[in-house]
Amino acid sequence: MADVTMRVWRGDATGGDFENYTLSQNEGEVVLDVIHRIQATEAPDLACRWNCKAGKCGSCSAEINGKPRLMCMTRMDQLPDGPVTVAPMKTFPIIRDLVTDVSFNFEMAKRVPALLPPPMPEGGYRMFQQDVERGQEFRKCIECFMCQDVCHVIRDHEENKVHYAGPRFFIRYAELEMHPLDTNDRRELIREEMGLGYCNITKCCTEVCPEHIHITDNAIIPLKERVVDADYDPVAWLGRKIRRRTKKSAADAAIQPAP
Amino acid sequence: MDTDVFMECKVLKLVHDGDGRIAGCVAYWRPTGEFVTFQAKTVIIATGGVGKSWKFTSNSWEGTGDGHAMALWAGAKLIDMECIQFHPTGMVWPNSVRGLLVTESVRGDGGVLRNSENQRFMFNYVPEMFRAETADTEEEGDRWYDDHSAGRRPPELLPRDEVARAINTEVKAGRGTPHGGVYLDIASRRTPEFIRRRLPSMYHQFMELAGVDITREPMEIGPTCHYIMGGVQVIADTAATAVPGLFAAGEAAGGMHGANRLGGNSLSDLVVFGRRAGMGAAEYIEAGDVATSFDMAEAEAAVQEALAPFDRATGENPYDIQRDLQDMMQALVGIIRTGPELEEAKGKLEEFNERVHNISVKGGRAYNPGWNLATDLPSMLTVSRSTALAASLRKESRGGHTREDYPNPDPEFAKFNFALTSEGGNWDSPITATESPLLPMPDELKALLEEAH
Repeated sequence: MADVTMRVWRGDATGGDFENYTLSQNEGEVVLDVIHRIQATEAPDLACRWNCKAGKCGSCSAEINGKPRLMCMTRMDQLPDGPVTVAPMKTFPIIRDLVTDVSFNFEMAKRVPALLPPPMPEGGYRMFQQDVERGQEFRKCIECFMCQDVCHVIRDHEENKVHYAGPRFFIRYAELEMHPLDTNDRRELIREEMGLGYCNITKCCTEVCPEHIHITDNAIIPLKERVVDADYDPVAWLGRKIRRRTKKSAADAAIQPAP
Repeated sequence: MDTDVFMECKVLKLVHDGDGRIAGCVAYWRPTGEFVTFQAKTVIIATGGVGKSWKFTSNSWEGTGDGHAMALWAGAKLIDMECIQFHPTGMVWPNSVRGLLVTESVRGDGGVLRNSENQRFMFNYVPEMFRAETADTEEEGDRWYDDHSAGRRPPELLPRDEVARAINTEVKAGRGTPHGGVYLDIASRRTPEFIRRRLPSMYHQFMELAGVDITREPMEIGPTCHYIMGGVQVIADTAATAVPGLFAAGEAAGGMHGANRLGGNSLSDLVVFGRRAGMGAAEYIEAGDVATSFDMAEAEAAVQEALAPFDRATGENPYDIQRDLQDMMQALVGIIRTGPELEEAKGKLEEFNERVHNISVKGGRAYNPGWNLATDLPSMLTVSRSTALAASLRKESRGGHTREDYPNPDPEFAKFNFALTSEGGNWDSPITATESPLLPMPDELKALLEEAH
């Protein structure tokens, strides 16, 4: 097999540049294997995060030839001939080389109001299988944060990070909002503080999801409908007026703090 | 729950107070390379396994046995370190994922093992002990999947050590696959819909990593280092170790699973003994006799040791040492062991000690994987030396420990565990073994077992 040139971004928060490493190729390798061989030989201090090597832990996200990919699931023989570029995720602050500080996501996770089921009825809770399966799709998320990385709302606008949860958390909100046993109402929060309206459905997040979750179609669009319904639906508005708001609007519903 | 998780903070060593009680630990932050001490009344070790000292393992890269090693250095005892489980079905190709686990459910859902001659060879490896409960023919085994009363279990579902050894033997006899494993075949036995529904992640794993469609082709699999039964010796009711204030639970603790763990039991272990460790630690604190000081000199010595590789202008690349260690442990302290090979391994491990003393690290301290590996190697060596020592002493075959020169269990060896201690408390200190008698089975357990029979 011909040698391959890897163009790997090296640097830290103060700056950096691509460095070239040329090495042999072995059959069946993924990008992460080649990065590991660079570490074991030329550059033992080349920083990258990884763990499971099976596309299940979501640690080794990087931008390969400009696109967010898991390094462990990107086979070298499926990339076009020529140099392979490996860069850290752009949306998050650099720690070093390919390692970024993804704590923005952990902060957003803390702000998600928890599931709030009604008191347990006699004989336990019951759910339809369809309801179980609907949420199950979103549970496949491995938190690689590549959807967050590719989302232009925060990729190109750092200032939006304070009021935009991002696709990873929109699927979490969707899962909770669609949960038949949930009594919490997060619609106002999602609209006002989590910035759902900033999403203009370019589907970049869906395209990069390694778990093939239909983020836009199955989570964000239904969530937008729910949120908009709560505030702008004229029939619902009239209904609230007539019934003197006996039914709580989204704005009135109590949002329980996260546990 | 009000729990703080410190991510990417690697503990280097446990720290005592002036009277030998645990007082906390010293660690470093990977993103910055800065050191940090944690003062604590108790420490619970829950660091998992040690598989990274072997070449083919299903364990995470972090399975370097830091908890096992730190507990030993701190004065606790390790038991059963020779008892390591090799899971029969790990991926063997591509090389980069060699060792990655292929779930047992493939066999539970009907998958069978075949050699290159297309034989279901497991029927030739049913030991006397399991003959009564194992199917005699393929037809009988096949009936069992649908109705457990219509036949006995197929031999593919024998305990993991039996299956792993059988695969090893088939490959050694020249009946292996092109990449040195055997075939695990579910494609010819179940419909593609069934396979995709029951084993979605296995379908995905083989499709994306190996380009193999498991609904149409067999998988190539072979044994992979999966779990260590051995670990820190604890009191079962409280998870307390021999060091006051130090507790251990999960894979890092020893004794729970005897010489061989059964599938699924690790999860129960974590739930039960994790809780006991938490309660044991709380009781220890409530009793009031906790650390009164923090031996800063001990912490500083660990920091100096961790930084030493930066001061060596010339020296060895830690990655070379890791690779050689994994190759050696796989070859000499693997699934099937012999006395002479274990002695050879013990000799080589002394050489590895010297090499670790000579590691040189390039670059800075911030998120430096080479340096991080340099801080892993002392633990990996401590674990490797423990396993090689205990394996050489246990002159019998039992559970996960197989000696070719002593192929049968010996009742005399059933009376004790080998308990290891460190003389000196450093990673390169000598390790000694003593016989720790097995505790008698509590009456209530005896009664339960009798009831079951």
